[in-house]
Amino acid sequence: MPKAFTPKVITANALLEGDAVWLTDDDRWSRDIAEAELLTDEAHAELRLLEASARQSEISGAYLADAQEGEAGPEPVHFREAFRTRGPSNYPHGKQTRA
Amino acid sequence: MYKYNDFDAAFVRERVAQFRGQVERRIDGSLTEDEFKPLRLMNGLYLQLHAYMLRVAVPYGTLNSAQMRQLAMIADRWDKGYGHFTTRQNIQYNWPELRDVPDILDALADVEMHAIQTSGNTIRNVTADHFAGAAADEIADPRPYAELLRQWSTDHPEFQFLPRKFKIAVTGAEADRAVIRAHDIGLQLVRNDAGEIGFRVLVGGGLGRTPMIGKVLTDYLPVADLLPYCEAIVSVYNLLGRRDNKYKARIKITVHENGIDQIRALVDERFARIRAEFSGVDQALLAEIQTAFAPPAFKTAETDGYEAARLANPAFRSWSDTNLTAHKADGYAIVSVSIKKHGATPGDATSDQMRALADIAETYGHDELRISHEQNVILPHVHQSDLPAVYAALRAADLATANIGLASDIIACPGMDYCALATARSIPIAQQIATRFDELKLEHEVGPLKIKISGCINACGHHHVGHIGILGLDRAGVENYQITLGGDGSEDAAIGERAGPGFSADEIIPAIERLVLGYLDLREDASETFLQAYRRLGAGPFKAVLYPDKEGARDAA
Repeated sequence: MPKAFTPKVITANALLEGDAVWLTDDDRWSRDIAEAELLTDEAHAELRLLEASARQSEISGAYLADAQEGEAGPEPVHFREAFRTRGPSNYPHGKQTRA
Repeated sequence: MYKYNDFDAAFVRERVAQFRGQVERRIDGSLTEDEFKPLRLMNGLYLQLHAYMLRVAVPYGTLNSAQMRQLAMIADRWDKGYGHFTTRQNIQYNWPELRDVPDILDALADVEMHAIQTSGNTIRNVTADHFAGAAADEIADPRPYAELLRQWSTDHPEFQFLPRKFKIAVTGAEADRAVIRAHDIGLQLVRNDAGEIGFRVLVGGGLGRTPMIGKVLTDYLPVADLLPYCEAIVSVYNLLGRRDNKYKARIKITVHENGIDQIRALVDERFARIRAEFSGVDQALLAEIQTAFAPPAFKTAETDGYEAARLANPAFRSWSDTNLTAHKADGYAIVSVSIKKHGATPGDATSDQMRALADIAETYGHDELRISHEQNVILPHVHQSDLPAVYAALRAADLATANIGLASDIIACPGMDYCALATARSIPIAQQIATRFDELKLEHEVGPLKIKISGCINACGHHHVGHIGILGLDRAGVENYQITLGGDGSEDAAIGERAGPGFSADEIIPAIERLVLGYLDLREDASETFLQAYRRLGAGPFKAVLYPDKEGARDAA
């Protein structure tokens, strides 16, 4: 039996800065995962990924990442995706400085 | 130092202009990422977790003060005021914006630097012994040969799409400070019975997921045959190397699968066919390059002040005990500047520190700097009489850490703090280990110890050849760290053996501490290093201290 689909968000890197971005349900690229559209249906997720990947002049490397519903919106599941919401741990650089 | 000729300068400028056009077309949407990616990689531009990363080549690790100042300027103007020195003697900028990269490349070209072939399946930056041209134990300066190889390999039409990346390292001494046995081609300058200089050529070394020690292809290659022979090796690999599986595409696998004798036969056959095509132009070029690497005009001066300063200042004495190496010229020393202050990120230098290093090199170091594969900066030519002043200037720039070759002089890749390939973080582990050993005040007593950390199996942090290697992995969604023991990147190269089950991020620092304290109990006396003790005793007693209540203890029993 195929593995059950787990909720996802679409994420990528912004074309100009390379900063992590997430696709919202109103088709914006947000710098905040909490604004992302949480995708719970596999077919819809694949369709949204196709649409996202077509936006080549805005982003690079769109992919589906596991996420879960949190109090303020979607949250990362894996530590790699959690780091992408913050920035590196050795300097206060990246998103954490804008928090 | 080698100076660009008109051809070099025009070539580099043209590449920058091409890339500027490619960036413009990517930004206006006429190039997709799939189309743009190979173009940006050819120019050293990666896309990582949080931003782009630009990897700039420091050919054979050699820089002058003007170049170092330009690297500092770039860090301030287009990045976040620092740069990261890597295990391949390069410098990486972690935060450039796409639109600025062509300007950065032009600024590099202004000081005869570039980022060409710092990525992609090409021949990468040729690395060399960071003490080249200065070491007391070398046969000859390996850098002219490295420069010849750089010119030959740059934009070589046959080798732009190899099965996989290809790394060459050169050393001029028997003591291997360039890890040549872990390179696709390792070259060591040797003398034959007639006293002539040539190369011992090793092939098929590499780390990564399948670590291999390089095998000897020939014990003596005349200098004049260097380029045709290397061309024969790479073209044999280009045809024979596997393109069906990325993980089996490096030459180490080609050598392993075909056997060194078969590879040697193919290389010899190819060499015999192409040898005549090298009409001697390469040797004329080499002669010209050699003049650019003439030793500096070494001075003579009294060294009494140095000895007096050592007696008067214990901190200076400690630093000069650990951070100096014997120089071939009388009265001179090689200074290793630690970029491993306890608790700081290994290999990261601020723009202020880069400028301080440039000033010191200009004033006291014949204008030369080196980047070591161990992520430190070398002042290769400092007269002993200038050492107290150099030390004072380094202290003022927070660069006087006395830990070269000790437990806190850790190699660490950027890991999951930056790298898109990483499976776990490396930097915080290195920071915590160094901080812990600083608290224990034990590292000088422990003596020579190489700890190397990689954040994934690709092994940029050289963990396989660390006396203690640490490999960060993702185990069921949690960072986990595996320890290997007994690795060695020197002329006695060895791949470390896995000690046992991995440790969590919380457990790894105490585990390393147990290991090092355990070694102090196990060694015969203070002169027996960690590696020597490991080789004498085997893994058993070390596993026993690492896993006090587990199977390791049973193994040892």
